[in-house]
Amino acid sequence: MADTPIPLQVRNIKKRFGDTEVLKGLSLEAHQGDVITLIGASGSGKSTFLRCMNLLEQPDEGELIVHGEAIRFKETKHGREPADWKQVVRMRARLSMVFQNFNLWAHMTLLENIIEAPVHVLGKPRQEAIAHARELLERVGLTERADAYPAQMSGGQQQRGAIARALAMDPEVMLFDEPTSALDPELVGDVLKVMRDLADEGRTMILVTHEMAFARDVSSQVIYLHQGVIEEAGPPEAVFGTPRSERLKQFLAPKH
Amino acid sequence: MIDLHGYGPRLLEGALITTELAVLSLALAIVLGLITASAKMSRSRLAHAVGTLYTTIIRGVPDLVLMMLLFFGGQIGINTITDALYAHFGWDIFINVNEFVAGVLTIGLIFGAYMGETFRGAFLAVESGQIEAGRAYGMGPWLVFRRIRFPQMMRHAIPGLSNNWMVLLKTTALVSVIGLSDMVRVAAEASKATREPFTFMIIVAAIYLLIASVSEWAFARLQKRYDVGYGETK
Amino acid sequence: MEALLARLEALLADNSIFTLQTLSYYGEGLVTTVQLVFLSLVIGLVMAVPLAIGRGSRHRWISLPIFLYCYVFRGTPLLVQLYLIYYGVVFVEGIQDTWLWLILEKPFVPALIAFTLNTAAYTTEIFRGAIKATPRGEIEAARAYGMSRGLMLRRIVLPSAFRRALPAYGNEVIFMLHASAIASVVTIMDLTGAARFVYARYYAPFDAFLFVAAIYLCLTFAILYFFRWLERRLLAHLKPAGG
Repeated sequence: MADTPIPLQVRNIKKRFGDTEVLKGLSLEAHQGDVITLIGASGSGKSTFLRCMNLLEQPDEGELIVHGEAIRFKETKHGREPADWKQVVRMRARLSMVFQNFNLWAHMTLLENIIEAPVHVLGKPRQEAIAHARELLERVGLTERADAYPAQMSGGQQQRGAIARALAMDPEVMLFDEPTSALDPELVGDVLKVMRDLADEGRTMILVTHEMAFARDVSSQVIYLHQGVIEEAGPPEAVFGTPRSERLKQFLAPKH
Repeated sequence: MIDLHGYGPRLLEGALITTELAVLSLALAIVLGLITASAKMSRSRLAHAVGTLYTTIIRGVPDLVLMMLLFFGGQIGINTITDALYAHFGWDIFINVNEFVAGVLTIGLIFGAYMGETFRGAFLAVESGQIEAGRAYGMGPWLVFRRIRFPQMMRHAIPGLSNNWMVLLKTTALVSVIGLSDMVRVAAEASKATREPFTFMIIVAAIYLLIASVSEWAFARLQKRYDVGYGETK
Repeated sequence: MEALLARLEALLADNSIFTLQTLSYYGEGLVTTVQLVFLSLVIGLVMAVPLAIGRGSRHRWISLPIFLYCYVFRGTPLLVQLYLIYYGVVFVEGIQDTWLWLILEKPFVPALIAFTLNTAAYTTEIFRGAIKATPRGEIEAARAYGMSRGLMLRRIVLPSAFRRALPAYGNEVIFMLHASAIASVVTIMDLTGAARFVYARYYAPFDAFLFVAAIYLCLTFAILYFFRWLERRLLAHLKPAGG
């Protein structure tokens, strides 16, 4: 084993909603610097899989190992739940998520959004958090928007702000849930550029996206999901260049 | 100058009692309302049923009847308990139900039910994504409540809160019936003694309107504070 | 009837508080409460229609007094209004020598006046809101067909406003029922008055007040269901078709 633990290991995740099994035993391993992209048609379970990784959805079966530490579960009458929510809270602070609808807190300015979790969850001194936040705002090109409220910003600005908020946690792994799907086409580019920079500097990232060109460019591994099963996985050249399964070929075929 | 026949200071004291009663009742009602809203939104069937029973009964029975039930009934209930304590343990305790405390308890209990509905609606109006973002960033339930759910809920709750407060303020007049010397009782006594009901009742009415106007202004300011970040578009 | 009473008496035989005598107090109290609430609501409703129209008038000398009336009666406790009218009438110089005293002597009439003025103020505001919410298109259509202001009000605006006001008015009816409990403060033997009497006589607050609370609860639900039924009948046309 290597000296540094693997940032995130997910083993055999199963999840059902009512009678339908949406995840049928999925696993992945994100090593330091990996950029793993989940692709698939809508309903394939890719977003649910991502949301299981920080337990926004509770998997019915499977293991989560964050930085070498396995999350403990217990059975309750409502189904399986984490045994120790403190552990979950600690784990979530290491994985920060960027949402499709940004979910910036509407009652706080952008700067307040960014320092919120570092100050109140990580216990960082406020001044330090603000200084860090200003650096991050500069990186995502929003220096002048620090005191704006989310409702006053465009979708693209909000999403870049949300990425800054995620970065402020110094996360071990960043989870992106279709970060550009809710954006007007002309705003997508700015967000992708920020994400590409993050990939280039060696951030560990797991993302769900419909931007195939981008996925091909930045990913170290691409996973194609179909009906809750990993149908095909591998380096982007292989998955995009020489797809083996019929379904993946169809999925990648240019839409008319 | 209006001749108050020496009732001026007592009227003022009564106004103070009315205000204290209203503010304390409001505080209790807010706490009970938050608990009720949580109970009605909880996945526990029992909590949900208790919350629903509470709001249904309170909203189906006149305030005055509830007040008398709690005030007169409460005294007997407490007497029964203290008698039992004396009989079994020899503890000699006497607790007199104080009109002010009874008033705060009843009005708080009544408006807790109304507040519960207000808060429930307001909590449900908070977008789930806002809560989810908090959880995703490692906030525990209490931190999510304190930093996100509560401030965002308040924005939706203030109109209902303000409305409930205005009704609550007027409901305080009922405590004069169970014997608390609020301004209505003082005015009623003065009316009978001086045979000048108009003078005293109109002064009391004016004080109610004054308190209502001041609180309307205060709620508008509060709304502005919680509205921060909304309504303005880019 | 005789047999029924006898059965009831037998049923209550070992009950020391709820005798036929006390039940008849509650019965009379129920009648008084219903009379008081029903009369004040009906008169208040009749008053509220012109007041609501006047409240929206462009002439300030019409709308301002109505606004002030509503503001004062909605902004102060009903109990204060009741005291003002009850004591106010009694202490008017010389009133006891006039024919008016015959009807004002009993507290029922002052209470009825106070309740009526109170509910009229609330109902005025409810109607005003409903009238203001009339869709512009309906008014324009009425104008386009050459309706006069009066005709338009009568045929178009008011009928649709009444329907819109129904849910809020239902709440006002329940509010009045509950508010009427304070009639007992000026010695009227309404439902609450009966309960207070029974309490004082037997020193049994739980029995006296829980029983009356249950009656109020039933009345409240009856009103609630009546208005739901009315809404379903009168507002059916506003629901999307097929929904």
